[in-house]
Amino acid sequence: MLLMNILKNDRPGVWLLATLLVVSIVVPVLNLLVAESSIFHLSTYTVTLLGKYLTYALLALAADLVWGYLGILTLGHAAFFALGGYAMGMYLMRQIGERGVYGDPVLPDFMVFLNWQELPWFWFGFDQFWFAALMVMVVPGILAYVFGYLAFRSRVTGVYLSIITQAMTYALMLAFFRNEMGFGGNNGLTDFKDILGFDLRADSTRIALFLASAAALAIGYVLSRIIVSSRLGLASVAIRDAESRSRFCGYRVENIKLWVFVFSAIMAGVAGALYVPQVGIINPGEFSPLNSIELLIWVAIGGRGTLYGAVIGAMLVNYSKTYFTAALPEMWLYALGALFILVTLYLPKGIVGLRNMRREKT
Amino acid sequence: MKAMQILREFSRRDRVFDFLVKAVPPELDVSHNIILYLEGLNKSFDGFKAINNLNLYIETGELRCIIGPNGAGKSTMMDIITGKTRPDTGQAWFGQRLNLLEMDEPEIAEAGIGRKFQKPTVFENLTVSQNLELAMSQDKRVWPLLVARLSTEQRELIDEVLTIIGLNELASDPAGKLSHGQKQWLEIGMLLMQKPALLLVDEPVAGMTHQEMERTAELLTSLAGKHTVIVVEHDMDFVRSIARKVTVLHQGSVLAEGSMAEVQSDPRVIEVYLGE
Repeated sequence: MLLMNILKNDRPGVWLLATLLVVSIVVPVLNLLVAESSIFHLSTYTVTLLGKYLTYALLALAADLVWGYLGILTLGHAAFFALGGYAMGMYLMRQIGERGVYGDPVLPDFMVFLNWQELPWFWFGFDQFWFAALMVMVVPGILAYVFGYLAFRSRVTGVYLSIITQAMTYALMLAFFRNEMGFGGNNGLTDFKDILGFDLRADSTRIALFLASAAALAIGYVLSRIIVSSRLGLASVAIRDAESRSRFCGYRVENIKLWVFVFSAIMAGVAGALYVPQVGIINPGEFSPLNSIELLIWVAIGGRGTLYGAVIGAMLVNYSKTYFTAALPEMWLYALGALFILVTLYLPKGIVGLRNMRREKT
Repeated sequence: MKAMQILREFSRRDRVFDFLVKAVPPELDVSHNIILYLEGLNKSFDGFKAINNLNLYIETGELRCIIGPNGAGKSTMMDIITGKTRPDTGQAWFGQRLNLLEMDEPEIAEAGIGRKFQKPTVFENLTVSQNLELAMSQDKRVWPLLVARLSTEQRELIDEVLTIIGLNELASDPAGKLSHGQKQWLEIGMLLMQKPALLLVDEPVAGMTHQEMERTAELLTSLAGKHTVIVVEHDMDFVRSIARKVTVLHQGSVLAEGSMAEVQSDPRVIEVYLGE
């Protein structure tokens, strides 16, 4: 009932949620129930790949919320994704226990290798799933709060803000590369065994992670839709289009930006946490500024400021990335570049803009 | 012993610490029938004196036109009133009790001063009624905004303002599609949504057609009385059609004040406007 109300004026959103529902029924059936010899069988590899796309879509959704609706061109959103991923990775590391190469019951392998005697304080609590799950949201949230508080209060906007978001993610990348940080340095965290007691390599666990990703995307979409269709959403659009005008209307621009930014960072953190168990590794490369920029390309190609456009863009670009890097590895970057140029030139509102263009013609 | 006494004094049971007393912002007080006091204002930008010992008083319910050549300090004066710029010296009071120099932009807007900018800046991607909804005076903190619903009362207020500014039929069109004149009216409507006591209107008829200008004149005169209106305008015909009292600014201070006829016959004004 409540859901109907929220999606009243959002036909594409209804389609998106319906598709997610269908996919989350069909994919497990095709993977678990259909015999492996059948052509309808879906390999576990594909399931994991789809699950990974779903987490990317959630990340794109988070970026679209701040870029498309608030006009904050963030070039560092992948940092929140990576932090969420690291929080989950730390839990998974501590689940390995004695099964590590060095067999230390408490210390992860890389710490034994570095000759550390005891667990650093910030690793405490990560053997509990609830604590890790909380940190997945709290750590990106706090970083976004502190960063946003400083940046928005001093009214940094436009390209300067973009540059400092980029600097933030770059600084984090350099920090996480250092062994002394205690996050596995260059290699990051990997060699995960199980999650909540379930073997990560089992088909059923993979399916469960896939379903969790689909559910997270659906919830993230609905929450974002609630925000953008509320009066807060109207105010966000107003801030995006005419910031000082909305200030004269009496809006605390910095507070609105701050809280939407924090919410978006938390969503990105959750996406990262679901990404890590599916790909089996998290390393400082995830903080790379390039990732954040690629993320914006997904959103731009899909169509910014629509939410569902971000989901479509993330899915499409990543599918083609998988396809091209397998079929024509050397062509991928050219293909991505060409796609970006074509979309910017002919579809300024992205792929979903096609729908409105057709409607306006008739 | 002394320390004991200080401690006892400090922890008296009926003591209320200053920081615990909630600051109640003073209400707008216009019992002396003057809504805006500007006294001895000075402001210079890199040595250029934009405002030079400016004294101006506006009565409640008045429709005041402010004219002056370019660089006379009209916009800077508006900026000071709305909190965008701080003067170097001087006083600015809204009613008897509200010191404008101690308030920031949102606080001033909340207290009841609305400003219409020279260039119409409406929120182009939102519809006309959404523009009005956002401009409404309301709880503008983040959470209340998230859960806010349009009440019947608020809807009626929006309809009322739509009628005043004559944009009823365009209510659900995006504001970006409006003509220049319609955008100006929408801006005035957005000001009215805040139920301001004082309206600052910066060049309302720049770039308008004659019909639009007439409608704007009607609109502004109908607002005076209920609100206090300050209009800054270049167009002399327009000023003549609405003005009851005119203030001429020149080089950052008041050159002349009075009815349009008085001002126009003032030799100093003629000199400033027509040259030697």
